[in-house]
Amino acid sequence: MDAQHLDLLYLIVAAAVATYVTRFGGYVLITQLKNIPPRIESALNAVPAAVLTTLVAPAFVYGGMDVAAAMLVAFVIGLRFSTLRMLLVGWITVMMIRHLIM
Amino acid sequence: MIRSDFREGLRGGFPIMLAASPFGALFGALAVDNGFSIADAVFMSATVYAGASQMVGIELFGSNVQPWLVVLSVFAVNFRHVLYSASLAKHIRHFSFGQKLIAFFLLVDPQYAETEQRGERGLPVTFAWYAGFGLVIYVPWIINTLIGAIFGQLIGDPKAIGLDVLLPIYFLGLVMSFRTRDRFLPIVAVSAVASVAAMHFVGSPWHVSIGALAGIVLAACLPPKRPAVEVHAVEQEA
Repeated sequence: MDAQHLDLLYLIVAAAVATYVTRFGGYVLITQLKNIPPRIESALNAVPAAVLTTLVAPAFVYGGMDVAAAMLVAFVIGLRFSTLRMLLVGWITVMMIRHLIM
Repeated sequence: MIRSDFREGLRGGFPIMLAASPFGALFGALAVDNGFSIADAVFMSATVYAGASQMVGIELFGSNVQPWLVVLSVFAVNFRHVLYSASLAKHIRHFSFGQKLIAFFLLVDPQYAETEQRGERGLPVTFAWYAGFGLVIYVPWIINTLIGAIFGQLIGDPKAIGLDVLLPIYFLGLVMSFRTRDRFLPIVAVSAVASVAAMHFVGSPWHVSIGALAGIVLAACLPPKRPAVEVHAVEQEA
């Protein structure tokens, strides 16, 4: 194994360790705090919606008209049905736009 | 009991595995494209196991960025997991030490979202359920990376078969599943605007950290609500 390839393996291991630290770090921090202040609790409560929104909004704005249309349709489906149906209907929408209209 | 929980986890994770599969394959293909061997790509999927940051990692590695900067970027993209593991603490406190070590390793976005939701619905978060849900995503992630790395060229353009639209819609579904929470709308609105602005002015992947932080800071700054009677609507999702 040459030195350059060994460097890549070290890099991957370092990335894995960094990732693992993020995955247990919050648990360690929060269990050290005996009482969670209400503001911290509201902040933690907001985490999932806040983080996941950042994966949705830019895709909607910069993903192109076809992706935006599929997401809108999926949103309407999602008000009533499961995520799997959102995916299916969204996928059908984008395929129809791409192959029939565009 | 244990076996039925495990099976329930497998069933719950299955659609997510399907949604994530194209991305595992895409990662494998792109990694090989950026100078990884097939074994490197599989090794990264098996050890890092965080799709978006793996993409960032190979992208930066391919453009010969300093190694420490690559690792820092991976850390930044994955920083959200700190918040996940803090938020999950109340649901997995009863896991043994060894079970926690495994649980943290498997803590990807959908694993977090589903565990949180399950805990809030008052369903038991057992290790068997958690492991079933996690493994049915983790193992195929590695296999798909391998397949993608081998057949990289065949994927060609994921847009042609509409794969690119699946992940945003999947995340949209997750966001909507939290819509009964306190102050859902202002938080989502602020994070949406901040992430789009960050994407425009700073660039990816910072839109994740910046956008999320904006919503979280807003939640922390708003006056604390009256001790709310916690009524969590039962999700209609199976």
